[in-house]
Order: sequence, then structure tokens, then C-alpha cells
Amino acid sequence: MAEQTEKINVTIDGKTIAVDPGTTILNAARAIGGEVVPPAMCYYSSLKGSGGKCRTCLVEVNKGSEKDPRPMPKLVASCSTPVMDGMEVKNKTSERVNDARHGVVEFLLINHPLDCPICDQAGECHLQDLAFEHGLEKTRYEFKRRTFDKIDIGEYIKLHMTRCILCYRCVYTADQLTNQRDHGVMKRGDAAEISTYIQNALDNDFIGNVIDVCPVGALTDKTFRFRSRVWYTKPMNAHRDCKKCSGKAVAWMIGDEIARITARKDQFGEVKEFICNECRFDKKEKTDWTIEGPRHIDRHSVISANKYEEPIPEHTPLLNKT
Amino acid sequence: MARKLLLENAHIEGIHTYDVYRKNGGYRSVEKTLKTMSPEDVVEEVKKSGLRGRGGAGFPTGMKWSFIAKPDGVPRHLLCNADESEPGTFKDRYLMEKIPHLLIEGMIVSSFALGANHSYIYIRGEYMYVLHILEKAIAEAYANGWLGKNIMGSGFDLDLSVSPGAGAYICGEETALIESLEGKRGNPRMKPPFPAVKGLWQRPTVVNNVETIAAVVPIVNEGGDAYAQIGIGRSTGTKLISAGGNINKPGVYEIEMNISVEEFIYSDTYCGGIKNGKKLKACVPGGSSVPILPHYLVCKTAAGQDRLMTYESLADGGFAAGSMLGSGGFIVYDEDQCIVRNTWNFTRFYHHESCGQCSPCREGTGWMEKVLHRLEYGHGKMEDIDLLWDIQRKIEGNTICPLGDAAAWPVAAAIRHFREEFEWHVKEPKACMERNYGLVAEKIFEPATA
Ligand code: SF4
Ligand code: FES
Repeated sequence: MAEQTEKINVTIDGKTIAVDPGTTILNAARAIGGEVVPPAMCYYSSLKGSGGKCRTCLVEVNKGSEKDPRPMPKLVASCSTPVMDGMEVKNKTSERVNDARHGVVEFLLINHPLDCPICDQAGECHLQDLAFEHGLEKTRYEFKRRTFDKIDIGEYIKLHMTRCILCYRCVYTADQLTNQRDHGVMKRGDAAEISTYIQNALDNDFIGNVIDVCPVGALTDKTFRFRSRVWYTKPMNAHRDCKKCSGKAVAWMIGDEIARITARKDQFGEVKEFICNECRFDKKEKTDWTIEGPRHIDRHSVISANKYEEPIPEHTPLLNKT
Repeated sequence: MARKLLLENAHIEGIHTYDVYRKNGGYRSVEKTLKTMSPEDVVEEVKKSGLRGRGGAGFPTGMKWSFIAKPDGVPRHLLCNADESEPGTFKDRYLMEKIPHLLIEGMIVSSFALGANHSYIYIRGEYMYVLHILEKAIAEAYANGWLGKNIMGSGFDLDLSVSPGAGAYICGEETALIESLEGKRGNPRMKPPFPAVKGLWQRPTVVNNVETIAAVVPIVNEGGDAYAQIGIGRSTGTKLISAGGNINKPGVYEIEMNISVEEFIYSDTYCGGIKNGKKLKACVPGGSSVPILPHYLVCKTAAGQDRLMTYESLADGGFAAGSMLGSGGFIVYDEDQCIVRNTWNFTRFYHHESCGQCSPCREGTGWMEKVLHRLEYGHGKMEDIDLLWDIQRKIEGNTICPLGDAAAWPVAAAIRHFREEFEWHVKEPKACMERNYGLVAEKIFEPATA
């Protein structure tokens, strides 16, 4: 058994929780839940080394710890900063955080094509949610946006680099879940791009998961591309006996047909059990699966809630503004 | 006469060879260290000397060394940062080119102090010819028993390797340097853990600038106290300054850190005054990342005191009215130079060099460059100035590594002190173009389209 470790206290936006030492601020916030949770575009709990890049999760530490109560001079990335006993953190209650987050969202959007109307990810896109919640109504960017050619990486996956926010999640996924290291970042700065080694096909059993970890529509499922808007499909929990993975997935149905298969995501949009390519791409018949029943999608965006006809109360003022 | 500790012998014919270097007192500090001192003694002398990092940050070297973790059975490493890429800075190149054995000598003593048995010099790829000079010198040092196993019978082993970068400014950031040295993409790491705990191959590591390591040689030879006698306050010893821009005598100067900026710019010992008898307009005293100073804040602080070539005095007034000693890349601008154009040029550099890992730097630097380009080429709008201010403000402090700050500060300082010149670019784009580009202005000027 693991040793009983002393829990430590951290307060985020006035709410206190006791967590294990070594817990990050973000995970402590997730344990509290609700409004105090900072948005995270690059961190992914199951991917080692992820986080720290997008800077959407910046928070203000106004008390370092009980021992050393000095505030931290800079905002810190909550996904990669461990909590200290007695630490006090401000997320939404900090003007500085809101201001910086506005900045980050704007930075993420200036080179993004904003092609949501034709993007498969629309409706389950984290960038869309982020922009909806923290973005400005207008862009101040008046220059040509960066574009790339679309490329096929393997038989099933399309990479549309123009939409990528360089979160590196797919790089870690390819690195940690599959046996080949063929997927990485080339070039630097705003010319940096995700690529495969001389466009090698990424054909190993778990590579399909890069689609699920991608927060935007940069990596999409070629077996589903342009078939339907996600909000016209119904997510159903489904499982099957699989030798390679848990076989637990979500079947997105149009009527009686399975339009696409994804892994199951938790309330923070993260996959806890990755699925294999066979389940994802090859098993598209209803008879392949045991359908358990409708899946509750616990995301907060208007369209991904599958109830777009009745906006969630907390967003009503925003929607009525027009 | 100003004392020189690093470049004293740099002019001697053949000093880059082992024989001449040795004849002029070279490797004395290694003898002294290995025969009479413990590693702790060396660290103590460096602490006493007050030596501060010469790469830009100015962190006390002795303290940095004492932070290195010493877990049992885990090798430690000393890395020399010779990735000198800050625009305006070329002092390390001069030192390595002229007197390579001084760096090697410093590496031996410093490695001994840290308990490192394999040390590396990470040099920017553009300095390939310097790399060849270093490799030759290292081979000589091996041949003469200063490197390798059981140096001088002391039981201390040291291997020294040189490794070139592949052309990325970001690899001068210590954790990106480590990644690059490990053969990976040069992306800065998230901190903590700091290199002193987990650096190269997850082992405790210290990264020091070339000049810092070279300065350890005179510190050991003369003693930390003697070194600390030179300079003023917490700015002890000598500093290499690479002076450039509109001055009569550009070059690398070793100064004692007690002379005034005025003396440095105008005396014939150093820069020899502004070229062509022009007037001073501005000065970037520590490499492109540090805030630019307008002429009235160059030689005097805001409080009217003489500004000195020290860490403290150059920073006097904070960012509102001061700058930083930085890497010692001293750039002087005369009255004809355009601050907007200069800021655009710097920003272009940071945009090109951003690693692209974190969003504020990746996207913000490019955006600033585009806005500045538009201002410089006659398409600017008044709102652009505030927009620039807002972009730099949102980059600063919000990035993984200091490159974001380095990109933001020059823009902030230029707007803070030269806002009128930015406005002039908007109001009279044609006149600006004529000043900056003379006869070709006509050709490149395109009035803004609606
Ligand atoms: S393709 Fe998607 S997962 Fe990969 S780095 Fe870009 S945004 Fe992240
Ligand atoms: S989630 Fe923390 S920086 Fe991206």
C-alpha cells in the first residue's frame, strides 16, 4: 500500500481543498470543480510532459505558502505548478488573470482560420469554447493568416495544420502510446508545424487517439470527415470485446447508423481509456457494438451540450446581448 | 590605466597556441587549484569575488554553483554557454578566438569546483571557425596533460567536448541549450525542476557564460577579495563590452566596472565618440533585449547622477527611466537613426527566433513585427501604437522562457521614450521614408490603401 501522506491545503478563488503534495494547481482546481477550474488547452493528464505551452491556464498566486507567504511575481501555468501548503490562488477573481487570458485567446485566434462553419470539430472544439468564454467579439488582427496544405497522415487521419494551436498533445500521444516516433514538430516560431517523418504513414494500433486529444480540428477522422455536424449525431456509450483495448467507446449515431467512434472523454474533455484503431475506424456496424444508452456530454459549450435549443442559464446573458 | 584581467594578453602574437599561452602564465590557476585547493575553496573564492553571470541575467555565480544538487553516485555537468546570439553582442567570440586556452583553463577550474568530470562547450553553429580554434586548443590541452585522466596527478579527471548548435537563438536559454545538447529540438523546459537539480540527462548541471567561466581564472590566481576590489558595489571585476553602432571605434573592450557611460562613449580609450561628429540619440546598453535609453538618460540617470557602466547604475530608474547591463552588447544610435525601424528590426529577430512552444511568444512576436513593419513603411495608424503596447504587455511575463520578455521590452521602451517618432511615422509617412531611405523612398513607399 502507498504510504499515507499528509494532505496540504490550497485555496483557489476562496475555496479551500486538501490535496496530496505534488498536485498541480490545475488538478486541485479540478478537484474543487466548477468556476474555479482554469481552461487548459495543452495539458492532458494522461500524457507525460504535456502542459505549460498554451498559457490559457495562467493563474495568480497571491500567497506562495504558509511558510513563505510572498506572492509569486508572475502569473504561473496552473497545469505545471505544484501547490504548496497554505497557497492562495486566484483564477477568475483576478483581473490580471482575466486580462492575460484574453491575450492568450487572442493570440491563439490570430492565425486560426475561424472556419468553424466547415470544420468537423465545431461543436466539440475546445478553442471554440475558450473563445466563447474568454475571447473578444472582434479581432484586432489585420494581416494574412498563416496557412498550410492539408496532409494525410496515414490512411485514416487528416492533418489540417492551419487550425493547429501547437499544443503538442498529439506529439506526446504518438510518442507515448505508439511504438514509433514518427510524429513531431518541425520548424520553429509561428512557422512550426506538426508533421510526420517525411510524411510516413502513421499506421500503428493506437495512433487514432491523436484525433481525440487534438483540442481543435487539426486532426480529424477521415472516415467521418464532412459526414455530419456533430450536434446532429447522438452520442451513445458502446462497448465491444477487443483484444487490443478496453473496447469502451462512444458511438455517434445518425438514426440507426454509426457515423463515428471516439474514445470516452471526461468532463474536462480528456480521454482516460484510449481505444485502438480497429474499434475506431473499422467497426462501424451497429452489430459490432453493444449499445449501452445515451452518453451525457458534460461540456459547457452551447452546441456540444446537445441541447442547443435551450441555452444553459449561465450563458443566457451573453446570448441575449445581440 | 584600466586593469585588464581577461584580455590582458590577447594581443600577444600566437597566444592562441598552447606554448605561448603557457609561457605567459597560462594554466597557473589549474596548478593552484589542483595542488592547494578543495572544490569548496574554489566556490568560496568565487563567492568572495562577487562575480555575476556575464551572459545577461547577472546572477551571482558563486551562489549558482552552491545550488547544484549533489546526490550520491550521480554525475554532474558544467556547460559553457557559447551560443552568443544576442544582437549587438560579440564579446565571447572575441575571447574564444583570441585566447581560447583561457576558456579551457576556466572550464577545468570550474569543473573541479562543481565536481564535474565531463564538461561541454555549447557553441553557436555560426561560430564554426571558432569551434575549430577551440578544438585545436582542447587537443593541445589534452596533449599537455591538462585534460583527461588524473590531471597533474591530482586524481581529478575531466573530459571537455565542444558541441555546435544549429542556428537557433533560443538555444542560448539554458534549458533549451540542454535539450539541444541532448540531441533534441531546442525547446526551453518548464521550470522547476531547475538545471541545478535536473539538467543534462536529468543530472545536476550548471550552465555558465563564456566570460563568466574565463573570469574564474583571475579570481583563482589573484584571489576573490582582490577581484572584488575592482568595480563599484555589487558590480565587481571587469566586464567585456562589445560596442557597436554609430561610434568611432567599434570593438570589444574590457572595462573595470566603475567608469561612467559618458567616458565609455566619448573617451578615446573606448568608443571614441559619435561618428561624423553627430549627436547621440539613443543607446541600447546591454544587447537587443534590454530597454533602449533616450539620449538624456544615457549619461545621466533620471535623478541627474552620472550613469556608470555597472549592473546597478544602468538599471537605475527601473524600466521607466533605466535599462540593463545585460550581455554587454552596447549599441549607440546617432541623430539620424530611426527608432521605429530599429524596433521593427529587433522584433523581426525575435519573431524569427521564437521556438513556437508557447502561444504568447509564437503569435505575439509575429504580430508585433507586422504592425511595426506597417508603421515603418508608411501604412501605420495611430491605433497601432497602442495596439503594440497592448501586445507586448500581454507577452511579457506570460511565457515559458525569457525570450518573450526579451521581445516585449524593446518594444515597450521604444514606445515609452520615442512615442513622438512613432506618431510622426503615422502623420508624415512620406517624410519618414525620405529620411530613412533617401532616394529609394519614392520606390518603396506605398500610401496606405483604405
Ligand atoms: S494537431 Fe491538434 S493535437 Fe497536434 S499540436 Fe496541433 S492542436 Fe495540438
Ligand atoms: S494547459 Fe497549462 S499551459 Fe496549456
